[in-house]
Amino acid sequence: MATETGGDTGFGQVSRAKDVAFRYVTLAATLVGIVSLAILLAYVTVDAVGWLDWQFLTSPPHPDPFEAGYYPALVGSIALMVLIALVTFPLGVGAAIYLEEYASDNLLTRFIQLNIANLAGVPSVVYGLLGLGLFVGLLNLGFGTLLVAGFTVSLLVLPIVIISAQEAIRAVPDSQRQASYGMGATKWQTIRNVVLPRAMPGIMTGTILALGRAIGETAPLIMIGAPTTVFGVPNSLFSKISAMPMQIYTWAQYPSTEFQYGVVAASAVTLLAVLLTINSIAILIRNKYQQQQS
Amino acid sequence: MSKDTTGPPSTGVGDGSDGGSGSGFGRRSFLAAAGVGAAAGLSGCTGVFAQEARQVTIAGSSTVFPVTEAVGSAFTQRRTDVTVSISQTGTGGGFSNFFCPGMTAINNASREIVEEELEQCGENDITPLEFTVATDALTVVVNPEADWIDCLTVEELREIWRTDGAEQWSDIRDDWPDEEFELYGADTTSGTFDYFVEAIIGEEANHRSDYHATERDRTIVQGIRGSQYAIGYFGFAYYSENPDQIKAVKIDDGDGCVEPSVENAMNEVYTPLSRPLFIYISDQMLAEPEVQDFARFYMEQAATDLVSEVGYVPITEEQRDENLERLEAAIEEVTE
Repeated sequence: MATETGGDTGFGQVSRAKDVAFRYVTLAATLVGIVSLAILLAYVTVDAVGWLDWQFLTSPPHPDPFEAGYYPALVGSIALMVLIALVTFPLGVGAAIYLEEYASDNLLTRFIQLNIANLAGVPSVVYGLLGLGLFVGLLNLGFGTLLVAGFTVSLLVLPIVIISAQEAIRAVPDSQRQASYGMGATKWQTIRNVVLPRAMPGIMTGTILALGRAIGETAPLIMIGAPTTVFGVPNSLFSKISAMPMQIYTWAQYPSTEFQYGVVAASAVTLLAVLLTINSIAILIRNKYQQQQS
Repeated sequence: MSKDTTGPPSTGVGDGSDGGSGSGFGRRSFLAAAGVGAAAGLSGCTGVFAQEARQVTIAGSSTVFPVTEAVGSAFTQRRTDVTVSISQTGTGGGFSNFFCPGMTAINNASREIVEEELEQCGENDITPLEFTVATDALTVVVNPEADWIDCLTVEELREIWRTDGAEQWSDIRDDWPDEEFELYGADTTSGTFDYFVEAIIGEEANHRSDYHATERDRTIVQGIRGSQYAIGYFGFAYYSENPDQIKAVKIDDGDGCVEPSVENAMNEVYTPLSRPLFIYISDQMLAEPEVQDFARFYMEQAATDLVSEVGYVPITEEQRDENLERLEAAIEEVTE
């Protein structure tokens, strides 16, 4: 604070007005995001009232908006998420451990590192094309199946999981590793007993947040030929599946206004609710393990 | 950062398994539990997921989609063990990309299958079985503010939609506005497009290509609402959902103006735009019991109110019995 009077403070003329104005400019910048989110939430919630009920969550889709349900998409999304978690967690953590603990800092490692950072920014529709070419075309796993959708979206979120796991592993103090080595532990024992338990909250948080992104993805599903509508829950890895955002996209195209406002809003609220649940689980896990650490 | 700093000492006091003692028990038991959990999850999943999918896959016309959607929805409420999936690809897209290559069991079709498609199916040893499931009244729509237009003759409709035909409303009738058409129609992969060409354009002319072509009927509704001078066409179901937002044009086939409606299509007075809608079933896929059950269910439902609720005319009970008879004969043939 400029309590001294003017003069050569090196900060130029002190201006109270600028100080206050800048404060409000930054406040406004903050509010733009929050206010638009609030308006969006208020709009969909108001539209969803009367539509989001037990019948909606437990019925299959139907051309009549009053009978339409979200059940296959809901179950499809959850099945998809479980599959993505099973694929990305071991692969992502494995890659992160290798890059942080084993790989020496040479040109190749830096090249891999750069690529992973870039892959995290590749648009999802491009991953959809990759999935279409690789899993549907080359490996012939069938278009629009649970397996293909799971693998494709896994590829999409894998870089995010790797990067967040790397950061979590990097945050483990080096002194702890050295202490472990000093006790005579091998590298594997050190990673298992010192590094991973310490890094686990960060890894879990990163993975769950990546899963949150995964269930909101629509473009890759469209690219791999996920059906417009699915009735019934997947009963095999080779079942055609629908996912929540995919069903929203389909319903938004329907001609009647009941679909465009009521049903679509109800499904958007459901999707948001599932997403927020996942994110709060991530926060709970993080808090729980942070307490155990200290 | 510890990138290969000091290698672990080759000999050591203690064997490091108690390297992370103290709170190590909690951590290790967590890791062990996570491992066990993951393994159990995996084995559980392979148990559930290793089996072959019991599913009925459908692609094809967006016009037939609402009927199949209603049937599929009703079917899965009775048979929760079967997954029914529908893709909107257009009749032609469905035949050439999904049905004939053997990727789907059923194709929704708003026109009959054509020779090339039969050949393509034949190459893969698939014989398509045709069943009529409903009747549609293909509807020509304009903006509600287009107060000058109420009725069009088939000849005028052809002038609007053929290549080198009319460009402005005043080209059709002199007292209509000097404004260009804004045209919204079905995509060329669509059976609606093919039927419109067959019924209106005829063989001497071609359907014009300078129009907004889409497989999404909703886009047509939006386009028509957006411009006073727009005109478009699609299946009756999409009009019946939005009768206030867009206006249907009556069609004069020489016997006066007839408005599109379920009654007029059923009484066969809405000509030439009332048309049958089909599903095609692949004889190969008909060997699967769930496809048989779905097909039987579909044939029974096609004669009920389920069809009129989505805006189409149901088939008669005689048609239904005839369909069922042919279906049973086909099932017997493929299962023996």
